[in-house]
Amino acid sequence: MSKIKSRVLIPKREPLERLKDFNEVALGYSEKEALEEASRCIQCPSKPCVQGCPVEIDIPRFIKLIRERRYEEAYKVIKDKCPIPAITGRVCPQEKQCEKLCTLAKFGKPIAIGALERFVADWAREKGVYIEVRNSNFNSKNGKIAVIGSGPAGIVVASDLLRLGYEVTIFEALHVPGGVLTYGIPEFRLPKRIVNDEIKCLVESGVNIELGFIVGKTITIYDLLKEFNAIFIGTGAGHPRFLEIPGENLSYIYTANEFLTRINLMKAYLFPYYDTPIRKGKYVAVIGGGNTAMDAARSALRLGAEKVFVLYRRTKSEMPARREEIANAEEEGVEFIFLVQPIEFIGNSLGAVSEIKLMKMRLGEPDETGRPKPIPTDETISIQVDVVINAIGFHPNPLVPMTTPEIKVDKRGRIIVDKEGRTTMPKVYAGGDIVVGEGTVIEAMGWGRIAARTIDRDMSFL
Amino acid sequence: MANSYRVLRKRILASGIKEMDIYAPRIARVAMPGQFIMVMADEGGERIPLTLVDWSKVEGWIRIVFQEVGVSTMKLGLFEPGESLYYVSGPHGTPTHVSKLNTVVIVAGGVAIAAAYPIAKAFRDVGSRVISIIGAKNSSLLIYEEEIKSVSTEIHISTDDGSRGIRGFTSDVLESLLASGLKPDLVWMVGPTIMMKVCSAIAKRYGVRAVASLNPIMVCGMGMCGACRIRVDGRIRFACFEGPEFDASSVEWDELILRLQMYREEEQLSLKRFLEGGGHI
Repeated sequence: MSKIKSRVLIPKREPLERLKDFNEVALGYSEKEALEEASRCIQCPSKPCVQGCPVEIDIPRFIKLIRERRYEEAYKVIKDKCPIPAITGRVCPQEKQCEKLCTLAKFGKPIAIGALERFVADWAREKGVYIEVRNSNFNSKNGKIAVIGSGPAGIVVASDLLRLGYEVTIFEALHVPGGVLTYGIPEFRLPKRIVNDEIKCLVESGVNIELGFIVGKTITIYDLLKEFNAIFIGTGAGHPRFLEIPGENLSYIYTANEFLTRINLMKAYLFPYYDTPIRKGKYVAVIGGGNTAMDAARSALRLGAEKVFVLYRRTKSEMPARREEIANAEEEGVEFIFLVQPIEFIGNSLGAVSEIKLMKMRLGEPDETGRPKPIPTDETISIQVDVVINAIGFHPNPLVPMTTPEIKVDKRGRIIVDKEGRTTMPKVYAGGDIVVGEGTVIEAMGWGRIAARTIDRDMSFL
Repeated sequence: MANSYRVLRKRILASGIKEMDIYAPRIARVAMPGQFIMVMADEGGERIPLTLVDWSKVEGWIRIVFQEVGVSTMKLGLFEPGESLYYVSGPHGTPTHVSKLNTVVIVAGGVAIAAAYPIAKAFRDVGSRVISIIGAKNSSLLIYEEEIKSVSTEIHISTDDGSRGIRGFTSDVLESLLASGLKPDLVWMVGPTIMMKVCSAIAKRYGVRAVASLNPIMVCGMGMCGACRIRVDGRIRFACFEGPEFDASSVEWDELILRLQMYREEEQLSLKRFLEGGGHI
């Protein structure tokens, strides 16, 4: 099959150049590159790629439209299923979804679906193409829906229900909407102006967003139910987990959430032009092997660290981070120390972290996740650090379930839902990380789609 | 999307200490003693926690009292009635557990005296005997004396220099009251961390239950980031949603004191830049 042309690589800024700022690393296709990549699609009638898409975008169709240079129509096809294509085109793990199922993946050359989606979305943004979310199928239904959390799950629920004619209000606790898209994912992967534009589009279509509104505190679920016919909870997995080892509260040991929130939401990388500070370490250790760890490590380098170490208790092949993100981190000079588990943080007289003690690990039999279990050896090492970022993971946000006992959670604090997104409390639905623990942006969006359908169906019976 | 958090009234209580009423009906509607708000003065500002000092459900306002010690509080102090703050959210935190007790001693120091007001009032309103101990550096920095007096059965005042009340610290007053045989059911404290550490040790020595309202650095205010984490009884707790009040004898005070100093260098840099730029937004 030597006839199959190679993928058109998405242009990226050079590592040494991109380390100087927080601007976006991947530059996106030019029209010529997009056309070339789109021309590789063989338009399989069975559309395997669509089955890999949690929001069921008609991928072959939009690629065909790109080939015909009918970009506005391509945008409409994507937008029909995905309200935020400029975002998903950038942050979806396509290699595990649509691109994995692409027929050409069998030859190691899947179509760069994500890059093409991004091309179309960016084209539309630049051209100012604006597509009303309420499309021609618009049929007004009676009902007011409250969506809690303005992250990926909430955005899809809001957008889908708005299209069906419901009146939708999103409640967001922070001062900027977007949830993890705003506070979590760094500028160099997902520019905030893109998030702002995608959300603006939603607001212009008629979604009402209330900021600074903490459901569970400012208003309870019970009060919301007096005003709204249904509630969707999409409050995410924003509650950090700890290692529970000595010294964990020493100064400059950040949770990844705090580190990234200071940088992304509060713009601490622009301190003192923005007021929120962040400690810029010389020797930074990031604990964990997921995408969040890569984001934190790459952010620390951009803040000016001399060395950034990622500490992971298994090996590179078990890392949950996207290969692309690991490669980006490597290119930029992040160093990886594998098979180590932190066992103690040591501080100086000012209470600042200065050293991490690490237990060397070895890989054993597969555990319940199917990955080999890391087993402690009796050997320890130490590394000197002045900033540590804990990126070992999150628990679901406890605020809503804590204040609403009718909403049952499992042992890990995840809201229990049926297959269609119903919680144990009537008229209350949930989806995204609050339900699954830790997933991706697009998985949360998939949950949002399911819940929106269920809400619409349940409302029709009322 | 934007809300209007309009400043309704502003009062200067002492040099650098201001009281501000903000129109925030949805917070005023559900506020409880011991809760706080997160405030951003302007778009580039920090998110800072400030205790709710008073509020009116009917009129829809909330009251805060703050001391201008850094850029964020100085920026806040620049706002005049009629102008609107960029962001206010709340009420955050778990309310004070208020129940009818025979005697409650309230200890409050510095600008935090204002934060003790709703607590003293709440205990008084349920019929407890409230003995308040308030203290400041000197008489000119002593705020909320009348307000605290109005909700206390008894009030004791101390200043570091003796310019008002007894010369010494609130902890000295607490110690002498307990030494003289007073057996309160609860000592509730708010103020500088070192004051709370000392008062906590005194209460412990006399076998009196003590609760402290903590003031760690916060960013989100809702359990997401962990900036405000403290150690209580050996466990990591989040002051923003599990607190801000904790059993004082279980708090690891020295760790909290160190964590509060984490950004001293950055704060000084930021302040210098702000003042050199003319001290305006």
